[in-house]
Amino acid sequence: MREINVNEITNSVSSMCIEVNHVLSNDMCLALDNACNSEKSELGKQILNQLKENLIIAKEEMIPICQDTGMAVVFLEIGQDVHFVGGNLEDAVNEGIRKGYTEGYLRKSVVDDPIIRNNTKDNTPAVIHYSVVPGDKVKITISPKGFGSENMSKVYMLKPADGIEGVKNAILSAVKDAGPNACPPMVIGVGIGGTFEKCALMAKHALTRKTGEHSDIPYVKELEEEMLDKINALGIGPAGLGGSVTAMAINIETYPTHIAGLPVAVNICCHVNRHIERVI
Amino acid sequence: MTKNINVPMNEKEKEELTAGDYVYLTGTIYTARDAAHKRMQEALEKGEKLPIDIVNQIIYYMGPSPAREGKVIGSAGPTTAGRMDKYTPGLLDMGLGGMIGKGKRTQAVMDAIVKNGSVYFAAVGGAGALLSKSIVKSEVVAYDDLGTEAIRKLEVENFPVIVVADSKGNCLYK
Ligand code: SF4
Repeated sequence: MREINVNEITNSVSSMCIEVNHVLSNDMCLALDNACNSEKSELGKQILNQLKENLIIAKEEMIPICQDTGMAVVFLEIGQDVHFVGGNLEDAVNEGIRKGYTEGYLRKSVVDDPIIRNNTKDNTPAVIHYSVVPGDKVKITISPKGFGSENMSKVYMLKPADGIEGVKNAILSAVKDAGPNACPPMVIGVGIGGTFEKCALMAKHALTRKTGEHSDIPYVKELEEEMLDKINALGIGPAGLGGSVTAMAINIETYPTHIAGLPVAVNICCHVNRHIERVI
Repeated sequence: MTKNINVPMNEKEKEELTAGDYVYLTGTIYTARDAAHKRMQEALEKGEKLPIDIVNQIIYYMGPSPAREGKVIGSAGPTTAGRMDKYTPGLLDMGLGGMIGKGKRTQAVMDAIVKNGSVYFAAVGGAGALLSKSIVKSEVVAYDDLGTEAIRKLEVENFPVIVVADSKGNCLYK
């Protein structure tokens, strides 16, 4: 049994929120460089260069990469031999969000109720997903999610007979609908299988995978490669103004499902696909 | 075509803008997004005046991140314009000069742009740090309690935008 004081969680969450909103991870910077090199449209290239310049300004002058610093999605993988002390874990995470978003000059984009809509003024609460894993460590992953792209995400409850072609059509139609609204070039997270909520959670989690890494399952890896080509052939391009780079990566996760179903979730993310990990 | 234009614009400048033009704006623009639009609509329904004179002005759909000490503004890129579509035709009919945002608009908005000789520009979404460098002054002029969603008056210098929809009915998004 290992004791972890929840203060440590608060402090980590706070500094991670600030870092992730100002400095894009290496995998995403690399993906943007690759996009720049392969884009065929002149205007597209110009826009991608602006995005690269934007990243430099953000990092050097500590101005958030995007003004939509998102609703904070937090994945907590908790070792089963960990015992938290010093307070309530959920409160500690939210305290970290509050501290990070306030001290880091990040935008407060959360309302307290979906209908009444009063801004909570500190970006809390976070959306927290817990899982219990072997060991005595805690892995925190934070991905602030902007809603320009979140709003374009979809869940499809396909039939088993729709098969892989149905999945491909679902992904393409979601990306087509998203178009310029999702700040392309996008990163696409896909969940296939499970239940209604499981596929959505997988799609969200898939966005935290490093771009450039592929699924271990051979047919899924092939699907990722094929769909990236198909998406880029749509011609939506950077900022949706036409071009050959519409997406920089598509990450797919799968899970067993019911004999009667084929759920597919497509979580669309923009080029500011923020994710950061820390192990305590 | 690349153009440098002072805002607010005159009729002729607006007419000459064509979808695809790359334009640097200098002058005054106003910000408003979801909550401010909702409030403006409610004011109009009650027969009240809007808190700003929108005639010939440009509304930038944007809610910035907070400014650090000594800075004019935080990150300041466009938000998705489509969420304002419900309110836009009415504002254009009242004389709103143009809009800056990102993403697709409804046919009703496109028609209102043509009818009123207006324009819809896109700024590059997700380039908020870069775009903030072209904003030299920012002042909340209405709905302060809305925080990031308040109406701000901005002074911009060479603020980079692209004409997406022009007054002739052309649209850059396929
Ligand atoms: S979709 Fe992404 S890049 Fe675009 S405004 Fe939202 S967070 Fe920023």
